[in-house]
Amino acid sequence: MTDTAPAAVSAFAPPQPVLVNASRFRAAHAADWERLEYLVSRIERRSVRALQDEDLLALPLLYRSALSSLAVARETSLDRALIVYLEQLCTRAYFQLYGVPSSALSQLGRFFRSAWPTAVRSIWRETLVAFLLTVAAAVVGYVLVRGDPSWFFGIVGDGMAQGRDPSASAESLRQTLYDTKGQDALATFAAFLFTHNAQIAIFAFALGFAFGVPTVLLIVYNGLTLGAFLAVFAPKGLGFGFVGWIMIHGTTEMFAIILSGAAGFRIGTAIAFPGRQARMDAAVTAGKTGATVMAGTVVMLAVAGVLEGIGRQTVTADLSRYAIGLAMLVGWLLYFYLPRGRHGVVPA
Amino acid sequence: MALFRRNRSRRATGPQSLRRSFVTPEGVDLQIELGGAGVRAAAFMVDAVSMLVLLIVVTIAIALLFVASKQSALAILWLLGFFVLRNGWFVLFEMGGRGATPGKRLMGLRVVARDGARLTGGAVIARNAMREIEVFLPLTFLMSQAVQGLADSFVTIFSLGWSGIFLFFPLFNRDRLRIGDLLAGTWVVRTVRGELGADLARATERPRRIFTEAALDLYGVYELQTLEDVLRSGRDDAIATVAAAIRRKAGLPDDHDDRGFLDDYYAALCGRLERGLLVGRRRADKFA
Repeated sequence: MTDTAPAAVSAFAPPQPVLVNASRFRAAHAADWERLEYLVSRIERRSVRALQDEDLLALPLLYRSALSSLAVARETSLDRALIVYLEQLCTRAYFQLYGVPSSALSQLGRFFRSAWPTAVRSIWRETLVAFLLTVAAAVVGYVLVRGDPSWFFGIVGDGMAQGRDPSASAESLRQTLYDTKGQDALATFAAFLFTHNAQIAIFAFALGFAFGVPTVLLIVYNGLTLGAFLAVFAPKGLGFGFVGWIMIHGTTEMFAIILSGAAGFRIGTAIAFPGRQARMDAAVTAGKTGATVMAGTVVMLAVAGVLEGIGRQTVTADLSRYAIGLAMLVGWLLYFYLPRGRHGVVPA
Repeated sequence: MALFRRNRSRRATGPQSLRRSFVTPEGVDLQIELGGAGVRAAAFMVDAVSMLVLLIVVTIAIALLFVASKQSALAILWLLGFFVLRNGWFVLFEMGGRGATPGKRLMGLRVVARDGARLTGGAVIARNAMREIEVFLPLTFLMSQAVQGLADSFVTIFSLGWSGIFLFFPLFNRDRLRIGDLLAGTWVVRTVRGELGADLARATERPRRIFTEAALDLYGVYELQTLEDVLRSGRDDAIATVAAAIRRKAGLPDDHDDRGFLDDYYAALCGRLERGLLVGRRRADKFA
């Protein structure tokens, strides 16, 4: 039937069953692709629990067969719609199979069991530095305010002082330590302090990105405030009571702030001095460790908030306050630094 | 763990593409597409507006209850609720199975680890904690200053400059990474859900046109796939133009059936180029 002329257009061939590979390929595998797409869509809309057992077993097989279809189609077929479809389908399936985070509950369990203490242990150097910075700043704050009480107003804002400044009488200061009236407002204040401190902890972590400089400032400021307050209470013979007052929640709270500062330092140093790793890789490792520590400090600050809002109002004896504060400190130290089995320790 | 390698070969050819090579453990390159800056900004705006609306509604509800009962527990509830909303919205949604906030879902985006591994909670927290210094810090700074009427020009310029550096950071790198993405080892990819287009060369009952070798030798893969786009778009004017161009080049007379002509030409050309593939000859375009 073929025309011999070069411009042969009137020539028609009888209907042929299949002309190109893509058609054969579609016919052979389209059902599998459709099933995979259906399953992936169900997981995306609901969750993996929406699948039957048999579907769950079929999923990896379907995924691999779609992936192999993609590889074959790229090499043997020129049907772009087919290749684009397979690329999209395989990408969606890949992220459902490999990229999905494990369930919230198991992540939470792992966080408290291993991830958090491991992360805290791994930044012990930074923690030590942050601790020493706090102590040094507290000493400086104390010495400054003792030497010249006007420094107090330079360090502590009026809102935070609430009348507890060097000019206050011993009696009014004593009241701030042991008064348990107005518990309702104080509980609200504790909630405010928790959210405020937690926000500061997140900042201390995030600001570590600027080579840790703003984090150092935050830590130093925190220590200065502590020293300045101590300098107000100590000369009036209330030093012992003040330490008990701050210790009941302060061991937890200060520890949390020191840890979040340490998390910021880790990021700053990883970016500034990546060592043998590429800067990008060092930042990623430090970012994940730091974030795990930082998330934990939010938990610690919540505990501190409860101790402050409820514990401090019900426990007014100095010795009990000391006991609770020290017990918390020892508890945290044991939880973080007590050596434990290697198994089950997964990096965050 | 999937290997990840930057695809540099494409740079020479087109404008900067958002496609990245992404090799699965099975050894197939998925060629994922990253979310562009515009789409991501839109997703953030959707999230920000949703958070704001939620905040306003809850605040009004709690304020009404507070007036009714005078319970300070409500104030605590509000404080904690605000904290959870501000820090938890992005983290909790992205830690869920979808790896996306409502805004990202709406825009067809999801957060994935750059190395193709599981998205860990640590990474999600890291990428969203950085939002504090990217957006919230300069905003609060600016707002508290403005409320007190102290917003001098230096403070305003400083906070705008600060947030500008972080806000536009994604525009200054190829992979559209935020500072948070950089630190968490994540990136944001598009999750497109497409239908499988119909088979253009499927078997038909009608007889097909036969083309000479010379007529089929005119074009390569690039032109074939452009023809595929034209056929799938189904626009009559485009089909008429393309059919006329092919007839003119091949020296074929007009038979007044543009669609049928192009269908047959596509099937014949596709079959011919595929036969070339089988013997290892891929003709990229008409110049090859």
